[in-house]
Amino acid sequence: MTPSPGPVYTDHVDTVAIRAEGLEKRFGGTPALTGVDLAVEAGELVALLGPSGSGKTTLLRIVAGLERPTAGHVYFGGEDATFVPVQARRVGFVFQSYALFRHLDVGENVAYGLRVRPRHLRPSRADIRRRVSDLLDLVQLSGLDRRFPSQLSGGQRQRVALARALAVDPKVLLLDEPFGALDAKVRRDLRRWLRDLHDRTGHTTLFVTHDQDEALELSDRVAILNQGRIEQIGTPDEVYDRPASGFVAGFIGEAVRLPVDVADGIVTIGPHTLRNHTSSLSGPAALYVRPRDLVPADPHGGVPTRVAGVRRAGPARRAELLLADGLPTIEIELPADLTVARGEILHVQFRTLRLFPA
Amino acid sequence: MSIAATEPWPPAPGGRNGAAAPWRFRRPSALPGFGVTFGFTVTYLSLIVLIPLTALVVRASGLGLDGIWRVATMPRVLAALQTSFGISLVAAAVNAGFGLLVAWVLTRYEFPGRRLLDAVVDLPFALPTAVAGIALAAIYAPNGWIGGLLAPFGIKIAYTPLGIFIALVFIGLPFVVRTVQPVLADLDREIEEASATLGATRRQTIVRVVLPTLAPAVLTGFALAFGRAVGEYGSVIFIAGNLPFTSEIAPLLIVIQLEEFNYAGATAIASIMLLISFLSLLAINLLQAWSRRRFGHV
Repeated sequence: MTPSPGPVYTDHVDTVAIRAEGLEKRFGGTPALTGVDLAVEAGELVALLGPSGSGKTTLLRIVAGLERPTAGHVYFGGEDATFVPVQARRVGFVFQSYALFRHLDVGENVAYGLRVRPRHLRPSRADIRRRVSDLLDLVQLSGLDRRFPSQLSGGQRQRVALARALAVDPKVLLLDEPFGALDAKVRRDLRRWLRDLHDRTGHTTLFVTHDQDEALELSDRVAILNQGRIEQIGTPDEVYDRPASGFVAGFIGEAVRLPVDVADGIVTIGPHTLRNHTSSLSGPAALYVRPRDLVPADPHGGVPTRVAGVRRAGPARRAELLLADGLPTIEIELPADLTVARGEILHVQFRTLRLFPA
Repeated sequence: MSIAATEPWPPAPGGRNGAAAPWRFRRPSALPGFGVTFGFTVTYLSLIVLIPLTALVVRASGLGLDGIWRVATMPRVLAALQTSFGISLVAAAVNAGFGLLVAWVLTRYEFPGRRLLDAVVDLPFALPTAVAGIALAAIYAPNGWIGGLLAPFGIKIAYTPLGIFIALVFIGLPFVVRTVQPVLADLDREIEEASATLGATRRQTIVRVVLPTLAPAVLTGFALAFGRAVGEYGSVIFIAGNLPFTSEIAPLLIVIQLEEFNYAGATAIASIMLLISFLSLLAINLLQAWSRRRFGHV
């Protein structure tokens, strides 16, 4: 079924499970992906993070074989899989809507991938039954095998979809917004559970999300996509602490973008000036400010700001600050016991300056 | 206008209301409107459906049960009933298959003239059935376009039971297409993709995933086409030839009785048809209720 393996382009065949090279995808005239390169190590859990329309689902579907790239190649373990049909790719795909077969019960759903195999590859009935029961144990749904999907909760359906994908012993596991349709508490539980499951089973996993908390908490590495391109790929620490582009800086960590001017080590924000040690930029630029980048300062140092609003945010307090009229309000995270009132003047200091070309 | 039954209602005995409680309406919702809509439904159904049908049965009962039985077992009546229900069943079954195919092509593929073809499907609804019958008879007659091609092989369509079959397929087609089409359009493509990622071939996906999901809709279309075919008169009589014992349908027999002023006989045949139709549609509805319970709501 598999075409003869093409020439091997990759250098470390042993460890790279999925490699995408120069992927392009156009739908009609509109480009969905442009020049995407990605390498996922065996056993790694990688998140594709980006706003809607960034091409992350398209990339996942190309890896799965559900879409054909306009240009570029996909390799599985060094083998060119670009033209391998989806049936032969042995990928476990979990859809955002779960796509369970509603006319089959849970057990039959999980067994589906084994039952459709050609006779000489199909396990015996007893083996299939055993495998289904093992998988349902794994996803903690033992005893629900006679239920129909319509009789399950969202979280349970999600786990059935996962068990069904794992049943075919996939080479890679691909998850499209796996927690998208669940409520916050179930999301958190399932997130931890999935991480745990991944550590136990060791499947190479690629998942799509638009939720940065999910991506940062769950994955070994995060690929951030914007307008069909990968802006940055790195560990959660790298993308969080050292964003590679203005887009990443603005997308991660609830940052507010301020238009500034940089000249000779001085950053000008409206009427205020700040000393700049870190960046060699000059001219108009963008400053990305996260709530934790600011600390309150005494009235002699720091930048005076007007408090435009205060609200409680979990264990801390968030204040919206106005640097000058016409500028977007920035946020500061304050200890809950520090009380500030709307309209007050609060002096703040910048701990870091995330400057990027405008 | 679906004839699909809703959930069994009122709740079956032994259900939530319990056997001890007096029989009462289950309050369907806190929102008002139940009384008005239910009252209207009952009145409307009574005026349009139940009262005329009751009148029919009352009229027929003038013969008494054994009188009706005598009519029902007359060889000519038996043959006509067999022709009507047998051919209707085959035509509805054929429509279920080909209607599904037409619905599939119309929803799944983009091609020039798709909208036109989509509109053409409804024509058998709109055309006066007599016109359809005359047109079909002209085409399938031994000297017609298609009949002429088949005549050298000794195949006769017009003026045989085969002609009845053609007419019933013609008038029943839109029912299947129009019931399956919306369900097919709503069918989640991801279900087919999921099947493919699990290693299923295209054929396995269709047989194991798509068709079972469409089954309730196809069954509804089948029931509608069958019901329509049993009652069809106008198009059939022009193409059937109407030979007693071979190509005479039950509705025609009723008309013949009426023309002979044998009202009791006509209503007796009608009542028998009514009973058989009701039982078959009931059976189909039960089948649907079962499949709906099994497959979730469709």
